[in-house]
Amino acid sequence: MTRRRPGRDDAPDRLYTLTGGRSRSGSDAFDLVTLVVSECEPAPGMQSEHVTILRMCTRPTAVVEIAASLGLPVSIVRIMLSDLLDTGRISARHPRTARVADRLPDPDILEQVLVGLRNL
Amino acid sequence: MDSATSDRAALQATADNGLKIVVVGGFGVGKTTMVRSVSEIRPLNTEETMTRAGEAVDHLDGVQSKTSTTVAFDFGRISLDERSVLYLFGAPGQERFWFLWDRLFSGTLGAVVLVDTRRLADSWYAIDRLEHHGTPFIVACNDFGGPLHTEQQIREALDLSDDVPLVECDARDRSSSKYVLITLVEHLHALSQGNASATSAARPEITPEKTPEPTS
Repeated sequence: MTRRRPGRDDAPDRLYTLTGGRSRSGSDAFDLVTLVVSECEPAPGMQSEHVTILRMCTRPTAVVEIAASLGLPVSIVRIMLSDLLDTGRISARHPRTARVADRLPDPDILEQVLVGLRNL
Repeated sequence: MDSATSDRAALQATADNGLKIVVVGGFGVGKTTMVRSVSEIRPLNTEETMTRAGEAVDHLDGVQSKTSTTVAFDFGRISLDERSVLYLFGAPGQERFWFLWDRLFSGTLGAVVLVDTRRLADSWYAIDRLEHHGTPFIVACNDFGGPLHTEQQIREALDLSDDVPLVECDARDRSSSKYVLITLVEHLHALSQGNASATSAARPEITPEKTPEPTS
């Protein structure tokens, strides 16, 4: 907490600091491709990562893009996002491919994907 | 690259459904190249870390006590329409990666196994794991100008059943990569309608569990 080292290979302590000491939470709700949307402006005194997230997500932004942009592991970002969600600062648009294990996706969704790909 | 030179072109405000396709393959086989050739953003890189809380404590007497697993992966994205966004992930085929598969790629539509015909054995493990996870996939041979193999030779070398599509591609080429993705989604569509002899989708039989334990 005292030394600042650039880059994402900071001491693991820093990652714990970012998440208030937690390494897990109910954050599994956030899929890699859950789209996050800000519901408020950043406020003074907010953790800088939270500010960055709120700024990024004025338009829908996937969890994995947030993680890449912050240079943090996805699991850490999920924890921060669940904090922001719990306090109503963001909303989450979860994937609609009902993620039933080992089930094939809905044919309607696949047809939409095909149309989109063919139009590329 | 085309117009989308900014690395973070925003999605449309109406976007509300993220979809996933994973491109799996060995080192240097062209995963990132394929992602780049069809992505609307420059491919980004991120990582996931799994700390094995609890379990790790018991194994400190072992060799290098590895308490966390980190995998890095690339991704790109394709906006399909005003609501749906397809994310393409380039994922390494190595063992430790599969340890995180469920955590990262549950709900994936399907996978492309990208292979270099000069190093077919590099793909065995990935194919085995995908079958184990019940993730439908196709195999795409990236053209590195190696000696030509017949489809039958490749199928035999990969122990690939006839109902898994096998295509050739040039991962650098946008239309070729697009064709690979379309082939995958058409395959998924056929499976979902039960047209194809649907057993290939979720084969429960598969090999004895080779648990990808990074610690032991």
